Amino acid sequence: MIEVLNLTKSYGQIKAVRNLNFTVNKGEILGFLGPNGAGKSTTMNMITGYLPSTSGTVKVAGYDVSVEPHEVKKRVGYLPEQPPLYTDLTVIEYLDFVSDLKKVDRKKKKSQISDIMELVKISDVRKRLIRNLSKGYKQRVGLAQALIGNPEVLILDEPTVGLDPTQIIEVRKLIKALGKEHTIILSSHIMQEISAVCERIIIINKGQIVAIDTPENITKSLEGSAMYTVRIDGPKDKVIAALKNIVGIRNVKENAKFEDGIEYLVEADKDLDLRKPIFFEMAKHGYPILEIKPMSMNLEEAFLKITSMDPDKASENEQQSNEENANTEENTDNEEVVNNSEDSEEISKEEKEDK
Amino acid sequence: MWAIYKRELKSYFYSPLAYVLTGIYTLLLSLNFLRPILAATGPTQTSFGAIIYNLNILLAFLIPILTMRVLADEKRNGTEVLLMTSPNSVAAIVFGKFLAAFTVFLLMVAVTAMYPIIIAISGELIVASMITSYIGYILTGALFVAFGVFTSSLTESPIVSAVIGSLCLFFIWIIDYFRSALKGVFFDIAKWISFYSRFLDFVKGTIYLKDFVFFFTLIALFLSLAMIAVEKKRWSQG
Repeated sequence: MIEVLNLTKSYGQIKAVRNLNFTVNKGEILGFLGPNGAGKSTTMNMITGYLPSTSGTVKVAGYDVSVEPHEVKKRVGYLPEQPPLYTDLTVIEYLDFVSDLKKVDRKKKKSQISDIMELVKISDVRKRLIRNLSKGYKQRVGLAQALIGNPEVLILDEPTVGLDPTQIIEVRKLIKALGKEHTIILSSHIMQEISAVCERIIIINKGQIVAIDTPENITKSLEGSAMYTVRIDGPKDKVIAALKNIVGIRNVKENAKFEDGIEYLVEADKDLDLRKPIFFEMAKHGYPILEIKPMSMNLEEAFLKITSMDPDKASENEQQSNEENANTEENTDNEEVVNNSEDSEEISKEEKEDK
Repeated sequence: MWAIYKRELKSYFYSPLAYVLTGIYTLLLSLNFLRPILAATGPTQTSFGAIIYNLNILLAFLIPILTMRVLADEKRNGTEVLLMTSPNSVAAIVFGKFLAAFTVFLLMVAVTAMYPIIIAISGELIVASMITSYIGYILTGALFVAFGVFTSSLTESPIVSAVIGSLCLFFIWIIDYFRSALKGVFFDIAKWISFYSRFLDFVKGTIYLKDFVFFFTLIALFLSLAMIAVEKKRWSQG
């Protein structure tokens, strides 16, 4: 249904999207996952024909966006990051306008609008000015707008932003239901959302695809390694060097600084229990271990790990870890992850602003 | 195109903008209409065209305010995405917006019909020159609206759009005002570009084809420029 071939978008020197290749089959729900500024919105803007691509092609239902934009635009419903609402209109006036804009048949217009309002549960605010609606309602009016004209393809850029937890669950259900008749691309930086709704995930970072697979396979492929957080009192460089000496440890990164020591994120081979070797090694050097915790990888962490890798090396790493056995462990350290994801969001926001 | 036209027109009357502008416009024109009548000691002669000609400069300030939001706001509110991803061409979008602003202008002009009516009741109305004056006036207005749509396409800020529009139109008026001081080529350029003095032809009751060509060409030019600006903004968006 949607074919993306070598899609590239550059702004001067900066490449926002680099050589994307993927297809979405009819009736599939595809998740687009990546930190802010990874190129999700840019890609979506190109698929819908809002932005022209620098090179590469996008085909929707066999029509090339750059050659026959009208044919594509007729078939695509788009909810951009910021819902495109006219705040001086009431909900019903707005949806009426969108119907005219999308050239919906006059006879069908009324019933279609009321069906859609029922579907996204905005019938009770139909006569209110959009300006006065809460963010959750505005988001749902935006979603309603995308559904008008019953397009074959739906492109939803972060559809659950600003909704409360009950609404999020409702919207996810709705998207799943819509997925039976529509082809959907859904973007988010929230892992759970994607894994709850999508059949396939594309993880995108710095404008490049770092992984395409089902949610299950993505976690599996990354579970080949085990993670530990270790807090150690000692000089940073020497501690890292000593840790890296231990057989089975792949990577060591500084994670956080505390008054009594530094916390490191240690990535190691799965099968080995490295707590004892770490203890003996540190004891040998005289650096006291203050805390040691094994971490398991869930999808969220997998996402963090993949997106923190250099996109060029990501595919190699994936293959490596694929060869190893997969196993699940309970997640013991959620707080860590939340902190991390917030950090990385802030960083990529800054990057975006720099551009 | 009609969907855009309808919504644009609606939003003019959902905000106080159209009412306020029409109010100011009618007030100033009426004062200008009254002045020669109040000053007259006996039977007096005033051409209807002269009334609107005197206050032609008013349009240079009112119309950029009327058109300031048409494209600037779309960009700022993120609604441009909706228009651009709908099966409508940029030409249809820009033209729809032009027509909506032009319609509001026509409604403002419709109010001025009371002056000829008053003149006809209490005096003698020269119908021919009134009609040509109206034609010239509406053409001038259409040109200003097209120019306003163009300045609105250049920026995301309605205020900036209005200021640029007014300044440019005012500048042309100044050139026209001091035209006699210019010499040679500059005089010719000033004469060519001055839509204020072209309007004078219409007021005098004469209609030249060249004036029509002038107005329609410039309207088409500014609308095309607006379309290009909308496209360009998309292509160079950083």
